[in-house]
Amino acid sequence: MAHAATIRRRAALLHDIRTFFEARRMLEVETPLLSRHATTDPAIHSLVSSWGGKTCFLATSPEFPMKRLLAAGLGPIYQISKVFRDGERGRLHHPEFTMLEWYRPGFTLQDLICEVDELLHATLGELALPQAMILDYEQALFDSCGVHLDADPEQLWPVLQAVGWTKDLPAPAVWQDLLFGTMVVPRLGHDQPVFITNFPPDQSALAVIDPGPPPRAQRFELIVHGMELANGFLELRDATEQQQRFAADNARRLGLSLDPMPMDEHLLAALQSGLPPCSGVALGLDRLLMIACHSNSIDEVLAFPIERA
Amino acid sequence: MVTDSEANVATYGANDLKPGLKILLDGDPFTIVDSDFVKPGKGQAFTRIRVRNLKNGRVIERTFKSNETVEEADAIEQEMQYLYQENGLYHFMEPTTFEQLTATEQAMAEAKPWLREQDTVTVTLFNGEILSVSPPHFVNLRIEATEPGIRGDTATGGSKPATMETGAVVRVPLFIEEGEVIRVDTRTGTYISRVKE
Repeated sequence: MAHAATIRRRAALLHDIRTFFEARRMLEVETPLLSRHATTDPAIHSLVSSWGGKTCFLATSPEFPMKRLLAAGLGPIYQISKVFRDGERGRLHHPEFTMLEWYRPGFTLQDLICEVDELLHATLGELALPQAMILDYEQALFDSCGVHLDADPEQLWPVLQAVGWTKDLPAPAVWQDLLFGTMVVPRLGHDQPVFITNFPPDQSALAVIDPGPPPRAQRFELIVHGMELANGFLELRDATEQQQRFAADNARRLGLSLDPMPMDEHLLAALQSGLPPCSGVALGLDRLLMIACHSNSIDEVLAFPIERA
Repeated sequence: MVTDSEANVATYGANDLKPGLKILLDGDPFTIVDSDFVKPGKGQAFTRIRVRNLKNGRVIERTFKSNETVEEADAIEQEMQYLYQENGLYHFMEPTTFEQLTATEQAMAEAKPWLREQDTVTVTLFNGEILSVSPPHFVNLRIEATEPGIRGDTATGGSKPATMETGAVVRVPLFIEEGEVIRVDTRTGTYISRVKE
Protein backbone atom coordinates (compact mmCIF):
# COMPACT_ATOMS: atom_id res chain seq x y z
CA MET A 1 0.00 0.00 0.00
CA ALA A 2 1.18 3.50 -0.84
CA HIS A 3 2.24 6.05 1.75
CA ALA A 4 0.39 9.36 1.79
CA ALA A 5 3.49 11.01 0.24
CA THR A 6 3.31 8.57 -2.70
CA ILE A 7 -0.39 9.26 -3.22
CA ARG A 8 0.41 12.99 -3.30
CA ARG A 9 3.31 12.37 -5.70
CA ARG A 10 0.87 10.59 -8.05
CA ALA A 11 -1.39 13.64 -8.06
CA ALA A 12 1.60 15.88 -8.85
CA LEU A 13 2.68 13.50 -11.64
CA LEU A 14 -0.79 13.60 -13.24
CA HIS A 15 -0.70 17.39 -13.05
CA ASP A 16 2.78 17.58 -14.63
CA ILE A 17 1.74 15.24 -17.45
CA ARG A 18 -1.35 17.33 -18.26
CA THR A 19 0.73 20.52 -18.17
CA PHE A 20 3.28 18.93 -20.51
CA PHE A 21 0.66 18.01 -23.12
CA GLU A 22 -1.36 21.20 -22.75
CA ALA A 23 1.79 23.21 -23.57
CA ARG A 24 2.06 21.11 -26.74
CA ARG A 25 -1.59 21.76 -27.64
CA MET A 26 -2.56 18.13 -27.42
CA LEU A 27 -6.11 17.06 -26.71
CA GLU A 28 -6.91 14.89 -23.71
CA VAL A 29 -9.50 12.24 -24.60
CA GLU A 30 -11.48 9.50 -22.90
CA THR A 31 -12.41 6.27 -24.67
CA PRO A 32 -14.49 3.29 -23.49
CA LEU A 33 -13.06 0.85 -20.97
CA LEU A 34 -15.82 -1.66 -21.74
CA SER A 35 -16.13 -3.04 -25.26
CA ARG A 36 -17.63 -5.94 -27.24
CA HIS A 37 -14.20 -6.29 -28.90
CA ALA A 38 -10.88 -7.24 -27.43
CA THR A 39 -7.22 -7.65 -28.22
CA THR A 40 -6.40 -10.83 -30.12
CA ASP A 41 -2.80 -10.91 -28.80
CA PRO A 42 -2.32 -14.45 -27.40
CA ALA A 43 -0.03 -13.13 -24.62
CA ILE A 44 -2.58 -10.61 -23.32
CA HIS A 45 -5.64 -11.84 -21.44
CA SER A 46 -8.70 -9.60 -21.29
CA LEU A 47 -10.90 -9.55 -18.20
CA VAL A 48 -14.43 -10.53 -19.12
CA SER A 49 -17.53 -8.64 -18.06
CA SER A 50 -21.04 -8.32 -19.46
CA TRP A 51 -23.51 -5.70 -20.55
CA GLY A 52 -27.20 -6.58 -20.82
CA GLY A 53 -26.29 -10.27 -20.89
CA LYS A 54 -23.78 -9.81 -23.71
CA THR A 55 -20.11 -10.59 -23.17
CA CYS A 56 -17.91 -7.51 -22.91
CA PHE A 57 -14.21 -7.07 -22.23
CA LEU A 58 -12.33 -4.55 -20.11
CA ALA A 59 -9.74 -2.59 -22.10
CA THR A 60 -6.19 -3.97 -22.00
CA SER A 61 -5.07 -0.77 -23.78
CA PRO A 62 -6.91 2.29 -25.17
CA GLU A 63 -5.15 1.83 -28.53
CA PHE A 64 -8.04 0.74 -30.76
CA PRO A 65 -10.58 3.46 -29.88
CA MET A 66 -7.83 6.13 -29.87
CA LYS A 67 -6.89 5.13 -33.42
CA ARG A 68 -10.54 5.55 -34.39
CA LEU A 69 -10.36 9.12 -33.07
CA LEU A 70 -7.14 9.69 -35.05
CA ALA A 71 -8.83 8.41 -38.22
CA ALA A 72 -11.69 10.81 -37.48
CA GLY A 73 -9.16 13.66 -37.69
CA LEU A 74 -8.83 14.76 -34.07
CA GLY A 75 -5.09 15.38 -34.42
CA PRO A 76 -2.59 14.74 -31.63
CA ILE A 77 -4.36 13.12 -28.65
CA TYR A 78 -3.43 11.67 -25.29
CA GLN A 79 -5.23 9.68 -22.63
CA ILE A 80 -4.59 8.66 -19.03
CA SER A 81 -6.67 5.58 -18.39
CA LYS A 82 -6.96 2.48 -16.29
CA VAL A 83 -6.37 -0.76 -18.19
CA PHE A 84 -6.86 -4.36 -17.09
CA ARG A 85 -4.96 -7.56 -17.81
CA ASP A 86 -5.80 -10.94 -16.38
CA GLY A 87 -3.07 -13.22 -15.02
CA GLU A 88 -0.46 -10.48 -14.61
CA ARG A 89 0.77 -10.21 -11.05
CA GLY A 90 4.27 -9.70 -9.70
CA ARG A 91 6.71 -7.14 -8.41
CA LEU A 92 6.17 -5.02 -11.54
CA HIS A 93 2.71 -6.24 -12.56
CA HIS A 94 -0.79 -5.59 -11.30
CA PRO A 95 -3.98 -6.68 -13.10
CA GLU A 96 -5.32 -3.09 -13.03
CA PHE A 97 -2.88 -0.32 -13.84
CA THR A 98 -2.71 3.19 -15.25
CA MET A 99 -1.58 3.76 -18.82
CA LEU A 100 -0.53 7.03 -20.38
CA GLU A 101 -0.99 6.69 -24.13
CA TRP A 102 -0.48 9.31 -26.82
CA TYR A 103 -0.45 9.60 -30.62
CA ARG A 104 1.39 12.03 -32.85
CA PRO A 105 0.24 12.36 -36.49
CA GLY A 106 3.22 13.18 -38.70
CA PHE A 107 5.83 12.11 -36.12
CA THR A 108 8.54 9.62 -37.02
CA LEU A 109 9.55 7.08 -34.39
CA GLN A 110 12.66 9.21 -33.75
CA ASP A 111 10.50 12.33 -33.16
CA LEU A 112 8.43 10.41 -30.63
CA ILE A 113 11.52 9.04 -28.83
CA CYS A 114 12.63 12.66 -28.31
CA GLU A 115 9.23 13.61 -26.93
CA VAL A 116 9.14 10.64 -24.52
CA ASP A 117 12.60 11.65 -23.28
CA GLU A 118 11.36 15.22 -22.75
CA LEU A 119 8.35 13.92 -20.81
CA LEU A 120 10.71 11.92 -18.57
CA HIS A 121 12.66 15.04 -17.74
CA ALA A 122 9.50 17.13 -17.29
CA THR A 123 7.99 14.66 -14.83
CA LEU A 124 11.10 13.36 -13.02
CA GLY A 125 12.98 16.67 -12.91
CA GLU A 126 14.13 16.15 -9.32
CA LEU A 127 16.04 12.98 -10.32
CA ALA A 128 18.11 14.88 -12.94
CA LEU A 129 18.20 11.83 -15.23
CA PRO A 130 21.08 11.85 -17.72
CA GLN A 131 20.41 12.07 -21.48
CA ALA A 132 18.87 8.86 -22.82
CA MET A 133 20.74 6.54 -25.17
CA ILE A 134 19.41 4.54 -28.12
CA LEU A 135 20.36 0.89 -28.45
CA ASP A 136 19.62 -1.61 -31.21
CA TYR A 137 17.63 -4.67 -30.03
CA GLU A 138 20.11 -7.14 -31.46
CA GLN A 139 23.05 -5.23 -29.96
CA ALA A 140 21.36 -5.19 -26.53
CA LEU A 141 20.75 -8.93 -26.81
CA PHE A 142 24.36 -9.56 -27.77
CA ASP A 143 25.75 -7.30 -25.02
CA SER A 144 23.77 -9.13 -22.33
CA CYS A 145 23.69 -12.72 -23.60
CA GLY A 146 26.42 -13.03 -26.25
CA VAL A 147 23.98 -14.28 -28.89
CA HIS A 148 22.63 -12.82 -32.12
CA LEU A 149 19.09 -13.12 -33.48
CA ASP A 150 20.23 -15.86 -35.89
CA ALA A 151 21.97 -17.84 -33.12
CA ASP A 152 21.93 -21.61 -33.67
CA PRO A 153 20.70 -24.04 -30.99
CA GLU A 154 24.23 -24.85 -29.75
CA GLN A 155 24.85 -21.16 -29.02
CA LEU A 156 21.41 -20.61 -27.45
CA TRP A 157 21.28 -23.67 -25.26
CA PRO A 158 23.78 -22.64 -22.55
CA VAL A 159 22.28 -19.14 -22.35
CA LEU A 160 18.75 -20.50 -21.93
CA GLN A 161 19.90 -23.00 -19.31
CA ALA A 162 21.56 -20.19 -17.36
CA VAL A 163 18.14 -18.55 -16.92
CA GLY A 164 16.54 -21.82 -15.81
CA TRP A 165 15.08 -23.03 -19.12
CA THR A 166 15.49 -26.82 -19.30
CA LYS A 167 12.92 -27.85 -21.90
CA ASP A 168 13.01 -28.03 -25.70
CA LEU A 169 14.34 -25.08 -27.65
CA PRO A 170 11.41 -22.65 -27.87
CA ALA A 171 10.23 -20.72 -30.94
CA PRO A 172 12.26 -17.54 -31.73
CA ALA A 173 9.57 -15.18 -30.39
CA VAL A 174 9.57 -17.11 -27.09
CA TRP A 175 13.33 -17.31 -26.48
CA GLN A 176 13.68 -13.69 -27.51
CA ASP A 177 11.06 -12.67 -24.93
CA LEU A 178 12.67 -14.92 -22.33
CA LEU A 179 16.20 -13.54 -22.74
CA PHE A 180 14.97 -9.98 -23.20
CA GLY A 181 12.86 -10.15 -20.03
CA THR A 182 15.39 -11.94 -17.82
CA MET A 183 18.83 -10.92 -19.11
CA VAL A 184 18.50 -7.71 -21.11
CA VAL A 185 15.90 -5.45 -19.45
CA PRO A 186 17.01 -5.92 -15.79
CA ARG A 187 20.56 -4.81 -16.70
CA LEU A 188 19.63 -1.69 -18.63
CA GLY A 189 18.67 1.85 -17.73
CA HIS A 190 20.52 2.13 -14.42
CA ASP A 191 22.94 4.84 -15.57
CA GLN A 192 20.69 6.50 -18.12
CA PRO A 193 17.31 5.82 -19.77
CA VAL A 194 17.68 3.44 -22.75
CA PHE A 195 15.49 3.29 -25.84
CA ILE A 196 15.68 -0.13 -27.53
CA THR A 197 14.87 0.10 -31.26
CA ASN A 198 14.78 -2.12 -34.36
CA PHE A 199 12.87 -5.05 -32.92
CA PRO A 200 12.83 -8.36 -34.80
CA PRO A 201 9.68 -8.77 -36.94
CA ASP A 202 8.45 -11.54 -34.60
CA GLN A 203 8.06 -8.78 -31.99
CA SER A 204 6.24 -6.30 -34.20
CA ALA A 205 2.81 -6.23 -32.46
CA LEU A 206 1.03 -3.28 -34.16
CA ALA A 207 4.13 -1.62 -35.63
CA VAL A 208 5.09 -1.12 -39.26
CA ILE A 209 7.76 -3.59 -40.40
CA ASP A 210 10.64 -2.03 -42.33
CA PRO A 211 11.40 -4.63 -45.03
CA GLY A 212 15.16 -4.06 -44.65
CA PRO A 213 17.08 -6.27 -45.17
CA PRO A 214 17.09 -7.31 -42.43
CA PRO A 215 13.38 -6.69 -41.73
CA ARG A 216 12.86 -4.82 -38.46
CA ALA A 217 9.74 -3.66 -36.58
CA GLN A 218 9.49 0.13 -36.29
CA ARG A 219 9.06 -0.08 -32.57
CA PHE A 220 10.88 1.17 -29.46
CA GLU A 221 10.87 0.24 -25.83
CA LEU A 222 12.02 2.57 -23.05
CA ILE A 223 13.91 1.00 -20.15
CA VAL A 224 14.64 2.86 -16.92
CA HIS A 225 16.17 1.25 -13.81
CA GLY A 226 15.91 -2.25 -15.29
CA MET A 227 12.20 -1.81 -15.92
CA GLU A 228 10.21 -1.62 -19.17
CA LEU A 229 8.49 1.75 -18.97
CA ALA A 230 7.05 2.48 -22.42
CA ASN A 231 6.40 0.90 -25.80
CA GLY A 232 6.18 2.97 -28.99
CA PHE A 233 5.27 2.17 -32.57
CA LEU A 234 5.27 3.66 -35.99
CA GLU A 235 1.63 2.66 -36.31
CA LEU A 236 0.42 0.12 -38.82
CA ARG A 237 -2.13 1.79 -41.15
CA ASP A 238 -2.85 -1.01 -43.61
CA ALA A 239 -6.34 -2.39 -42.84
CA THR A 240 -5.72 -5.63 -44.75
CA GLU A 241 -2.48 -6.38 -42.96
CA GLN A 242 -4.09 -5.48 -39.62
CA GLN A 243 -6.89 -7.93 -40.30
CA GLN A 244 -4.36 -10.62 -41.24
CA ARG A 245 -2.44 -10.06 -37.99
CA PHE A 246 -5.68 -10.31 -35.97
CA ALA A 247 -6.58 -13.56 -37.78
CA ALA A 248 -3.06 -14.97 -37.28
CA ASP A 249 -3.30 -14.10 -33.55
CA ASN A 250 -6.62 -15.92 -33.25
CA ALA A 251 -5.15 -18.95 -35.04
CA ARG A 252 -2.28 -18.97 -32.53
CA ARG A 253 -4.80 -18.63 -29.68
CA LEU A 254 -6.57 -21.79 -30.88
CA GLY A 255 -3.23 -23.61 -30.91
CA LEU A 256 -2.71 -22.57 -27.29
CA SER A 257 -6.24 -23.71 -26.29
CA LEU A 258 -7.26 -20.06 -25.78
CA ASP A 259 -10.59 -18.68 -27.00
CA PRO A 260 -10.30 -16.59 -30.16
CA MET A 261 -11.28 -12.98 -29.44
CA PRO A 262 -13.77 -10.80 -31.37
CA MET A 263 -11.49 -8.58 -33.50
CA ASP A 264 -12.33 -4.88 -33.48
CA GLU A 265 -14.28 -4.32 -36.71
CA HIS A 266 -14.60 -0.61 -35.90
CA LEU A 267 -10.81 -0.27 -35.88
CA LEU A 268 -10.53 -2.09 -39.21
CA ALA A 269 -13.20 0.23 -40.69
CA ALA A 270 -11.31 3.26 -39.34
CA LEU A 271 -8.05 2.03 -40.91
CA GLN A 272 -9.91 1.53 -44.21
CA SER A 273 -11.19 5.10 -44.10
CA GLY A 274 -7.60 6.22 -43.49
CA LEU A 275 -5.37 6.62 -40.46
CA PRO A 276 -2.93 9.53 -40.78
CA PRO A 277 0.74 8.47 -40.66
CA CYS A 278 1.52 8.58 -36.95
CA SER A 279 3.58 7.30 -34.11
CA GLY A 280 2.12 6.32 -30.77
CA VAL A 281 3.38 5.26 -27.37
CA ALA A 282 2.01 3.68 -24.20
CA LEU A 283 3.74 4.39 -20.90
CA GLY A 284 3.13 2.63 -17.58
CA LEU A 285 2.27 5.47 -15.22
CA ASP A 286 2.54 3.39 -12.04
CA ARG A 287 6.10 2.42 -12.98
CA LEU A 288 6.94 6.07 -13.71
CA LEU A 289 5.70 6.81 -10.19
CA MET A 290 7.85 3.93 -8.86
CA ILE A 291 10.91 5.64 -10.35
CA ALA A 292 9.88 9.01 -8.89
CA CYS A 293 9.43 7.44 -5.43
CA HIS A 294 12.38 4.99 -5.57
CA SER A 295 9.90 2.14 -5.04
CA ASN A 296 10.92 -1.46 -5.49
CA SER A 297 7.44 -2.88 -6.05
CA ILE A 298 4.32 -1.65 -7.85
CA ASP A 299 2.35 -2.35 -4.65
CA GLU A 300 4.18 0.56 -3.02
CA VAL A 301 2.57 3.05 -5.41
CA LEU A 302 -0.99 1.68 -5.41
CA ALA A 303 -3.51 2.88 -2.83
CA PHE A 304 -4.73 -0.72 -2.40
CA PRO A 305 -3.26 -3.70 -4.28
CA ILE A 306 -5.70 -6.27 -5.73
CA GLU A 307 -5.33 -8.68 -2.80
CA ARG A 308 -6.84 -5.98 -0.58
CA ALA A 309 -8.93 -4.10 -3.15
CA MET B 1 -4.01 -26.36 -7.30
CA VAL B 2 -5.80 -28.80 -9.60
CA THR B 3 -5.86 -32.56 -9.62
CA ASP B 4 -5.47 -34.41 -12.88
CA SER B 5 -8.06 -37.15 -12.37
CA GLU B 6 -6.57 -39.60 -14.88
CA ALA B 7 -3.02 -39.60 -13.60
CA ASN B 8 -4.10 -38.64 -10.07
CA VAL B 9 -1.24 -36.13 -9.92
CA ALA B 10 -1.71 -32.76 -8.27
CA THR B 11 -0.20 -29.89 -10.25
CA TYR B 12 0.29 -26.14 -9.90
CA GLY B 13 -0.11 -23.67 -12.76
CA ALA B 14 3.11 -21.69 -13.28
CA ASN B 15 1.22 -18.57 -12.17
CA ASP B 16 0.52 -20.17 -8.78
CA LEU B 17 4.13 -21.00 -7.94
CA LYS B 18 4.68 -19.17 -4.66
CA PRO B 19 7.41 -19.38 -2.00
CA GLY B 20 6.93 -22.28 0.40
CA LEU B 21 5.22 -24.68 -2.05
CA LYS B 22 6.86 -28.05 -2.59
CA ILE B 23 7.18 -29.21 -6.19
CA LEU B 24 8.66 -32.12 -8.10
CA LEU B 25 11.35 -31.44 -10.74
CA ASP B 26 13.11 -34.29 -12.56
CA GLY B 27 11.85 -36.67 -9.87
CA ASP B 28 13.36 -34.70 -6.97
CA PRO B 29 11.37 -32.72 -4.38
CA PHE B 30 12.06 -28.99 -4.13
CA THR B 31 10.70 -26.17 -2.03
CA ILE B 32 10.16 -22.79 -3.70
CA VAL B 33 12.38 -20.08 -2.19
CA ASP B 34 11.47 -17.20 -4.45
CA SER B 35 9.27 -16.55 -7.50
CA ASP B 36 9.21 -13.76 -10.04
CA PHE B 37 6.72 -12.90 -12.82
CA VAL B 38 8.49 -11.78 -16.01
CA LYS B 39 6.50 -10.33 -18.89
CA PRO B 40 7.18 -7.76 -21.54
CA GLY B 41 4.22 -5.49 -22.37
CA LYS B 42 4.03 -7.20 -25.74
CA GLY B 43 4.97 -10.85 -25.45
CA GLN B 44 5.15 -14.13 -23.62
CA ALA B 45 4.83 -14.29 -19.80
CA PHE B 46 7.19 -16.41 -17.70
CA THR B 47 7.43 -17.45 -14.08
CA ARG B 48 10.97 -17.73 -12.73
CA ILE B 49 11.49 -19.58 -9.50
CA ARG B 50 14.43 -20.29 -7.22
CA VAL B 51 14.01 -23.69 -5.60
CA ARG B 52 15.91 -25.63 -2.95
CA ASN B 53 16.42 -29.35 -3.44
CA LEU B 54 14.99 -30.99 -0.32
CA LYS B 55 17.45 -33.89 -0.65
CA ASN B 56 20.75 -32.02 -0.87
CA GLY B 57 19.91 -28.39 -0.09
CA ARG B 58 21.20 -27.08 -3.44
CA VAL B 59 19.41 -24.03 -4.80
CA ILE B 60 18.70 -23.84 -8.56
CA GLU B 61 16.67 -21.62 -10.88
CA ARG B 62 13.91 -22.70 -13.23
CA THR B 63 11.80 -20.76 -15.71
CA PHE B 64 8.35 -21.73 -17.00
CA LYS B 65 5.91 -20.30 -19.50
CA SER B 66 2.88 -19.08 -17.57
CA ASN B 67 0.60 -21.70 -19.17
CA GLU B 68 2.77 -24.63 -18.03
CA THR B 69 2.02 -26.80 -15.02
CA VAL B 70 4.36 -28.24 -12.42
CA GLU B 71 3.80 -31.36 -10.31
CA GLU B 72 3.33 -31.03 -6.58
CA ALA B 73 5.89 -32.89 -4.46
CA ASP B 74 4.14 -35.15 -2.02
CA ALA B 75 6.49 -34.18 0.80
CA ILE B 76 4.87 -34.24 4.24
CA GLU B 77 5.98 -32.97 7.61
CA GLN B 78 5.35 -34.96 10.76
CA GLU B 79 6.43 -35.26 14.37
CA MET B 80 8.83 -38.07 15.22
CA GLN B 81 10.83 -39.03 18.28
CA TYR B 82 14.62 -39.18 18.03
CA LEU B 83 15.86 -42.51 19.45
CA TYR B 84 19.61 -42.96 18.96
CA GLN B 85 22.55 -42.71 16.57
CA GLU B 86 24.42 -45.74 15.28
CA ASN B 87 27.06 -45.97 12.52
CA GLY B 88 26.28 -42.51 11.19
CA LEU B 89 22.55 -43.20 10.91
CA TYR B 90 20.00 -41.48 13.14
CA HIS B 91 16.99 -43.52 14.21
CA PHE B 92 13.54 -41.96 14.60
CA MET B 93 10.18 -43.38 15.66
CA GLU B 94 6.66 -42.40 14.70
CA PRO B 95 5.05 -42.10 18.17
CA THR B 96 1.64 -43.60 17.32
CA THR B 97 2.54 -46.48 14.96
CA PHE B 98 6.04 -47.10 16.45
CA GLU B 99 7.31 -47.31 12.86
CA GLN B 100 11.03 -46.58 12.74
CA LEU B 101 12.97 -44.65 10.06
CA THR B 102 16.59 -43.54 9.76
CA ALA B 103 18.03 -40.18 8.74
CA THR B 104 21.45 -39.54 7.17
CA GLU B 105 24.09 -37.10 8.46
CA GLN B 106 23.02 -34.73 5.66
CA ALA B 107 19.34 -34.78 6.69
CA MET B 108 20.44 -34.20 10.31
CA ALA B 109 22.80 -31.30 9.56
CA GLU B 110 20.48 -28.59 10.90
CA ALA B 111 19.14 -30.48 13.93
CA LYS B 112 22.17 -32.44 15.10
CA PRO B 113 23.69 -29.79 17.47
CA TRP B 114 20.42 -29.48 19.38
CA LEU B 115 18.92 -32.97 19.67
CA ARG B 116 18.91 -35.25 22.68
CA GLU B 117 17.65 -38.82 22.65
CA GLN B 118 13.87 -38.98 23.26
CA ASP B 119 13.33 -35.41 21.89
CA THR B 120 10.36 -34.92 19.54
CA VAL B 121 11.09 -33.08 16.28
CA THR B 122 9.50 -32.26 12.92
CA VAL B 123 10.80 -34.34 10.01
CA THR B 124 10.11 -33.88 6.29
CA LEU B 125 9.25 -37.16 4.57
CA PHE B 126 9.24 -37.89 0.84
CA ASN B 127 8.61 -41.37 -0.60
CA GLY B 128 8.97 -42.82 2.91
CA GLU B 129 12.45 -41.31 3.39
CA ILE B 130 13.51 -38.65 5.89
CA LEU B 131 14.70 -35.69 3.81
CA SER B 132 15.38 -33.30 6.63
CA VAL B 133 15.00 -32.93 10.37
CA SER B 134 14.08 -29.55 11.86
CA PRO B 135 14.88 -28.84 15.49
CA PRO B 136 12.28 -27.00 17.60
CA HIS B 137 12.87 -23.21 17.44
CA PHE B 138 13.67 -23.23 21.17
CA VAL B 139 15.34 -25.99 23.20
CA ASN B 140 16.28 -26.29 26.88
CA LEU B 141 19.75 -27.77 27.31
CA ARG B 142 22.01 -28.51 30.29
CA ILE B 143 25.49 -26.97 30.28
CA GLU B 144 28.15 -29.66 30.30
CA ALA B 145 31.18 -27.38 30.57
CA THR B 146 32.00 -23.68 30.93
CA GLU B 147 34.70 -21.64 32.67
CA PRO B 148 33.67 -20.00 35.94
CA GLY B 149 32.59 -16.41 35.27
CA ILE B 150 34.69 -13.52 36.56
CA ARG B 151 32.54 -10.66 37.81
CA GLY B 152 33.28 -7.29 36.33
CA ASP B 153 35.10 -8.75 33.31
CA THR B 154 33.65 -6.87 30.40
CA ALA B 155 36.57 -7.37 28.00
CA THR B 156 34.82 -10.40 26.50
CA GLY B 157 31.55 -8.50 26.05
CA GLY B 158 30.12 -10.04 29.19
CA SER B 159 29.81 -13.52 27.71
CA LYS B 160 31.73 -16.78 27.54
CA PRO B 161 31.48 -20.02 25.57
CA ALA B 162 29.57 -22.95 27.06
CA THR B 163 29.38 -26.51 25.77
CA MET B 164 25.90 -28.02 25.90
CA GLU B 165 25.06 -31.64 26.68
CA THR B 166 24.50 -32.15 22.93
CA GLY B 167 27.98 -30.83 22.09
CA ALA B 168 26.81 -27.47 20.68
CA VAL B 169 28.75 -24.41 21.86
CA VAL B 170 26.65 -21.36 22.81
CA ARG B 171 27.82 -18.00 24.19
CA VAL B 172 26.26 -17.43 27.61
CA PRO B 173 26.40 -14.57 30.16
CA LEU B 174 29.20 -14.72 32.73
CA PHE B 175 26.90 -15.62 35.65
CA ILE B 176 25.80 -18.92 34.05
CA GLU B 177 27.49 -21.96 35.56
CA GLU B 178 28.11 -25.59 34.71
CA GLY B 179 25.12 -27.88 35.29
CA GLU B 180 22.54 -25.13 34.74
CA VAL B 181 19.80 -25.46 32.10
CA ILE B 182 19.42 -22.67 29.51
CA ARG B 183 16.97 -21.90 26.72
CA VAL B 184 18.53 -21.54 23.25
CA ASP B 185 17.13 -20.21 19.94
CA THR B 186 18.21 -22.92 17.45
CA ARG B 187 17.72 -20.63 14.42
CA THR B 188 20.45 -18.27 15.59
CA GLY B 189 22.25 -20.52 18.07
CA THR B 190 21.95 -17.87 20.77
CA TYR B 191 21.25 -17.89 24.51
CA ILE B 192 17.74 -16.73 25.48
CA SER B 193 17.44 -17.25 29.26
CA ARG B 194 18.26 -19.38 32.28
CA VAL B 195 15.66 -22.10 32.93
CA LYS B 196 14.73 -22.75 36.56
CA GLU B 197 14.09 -26.39 37.24
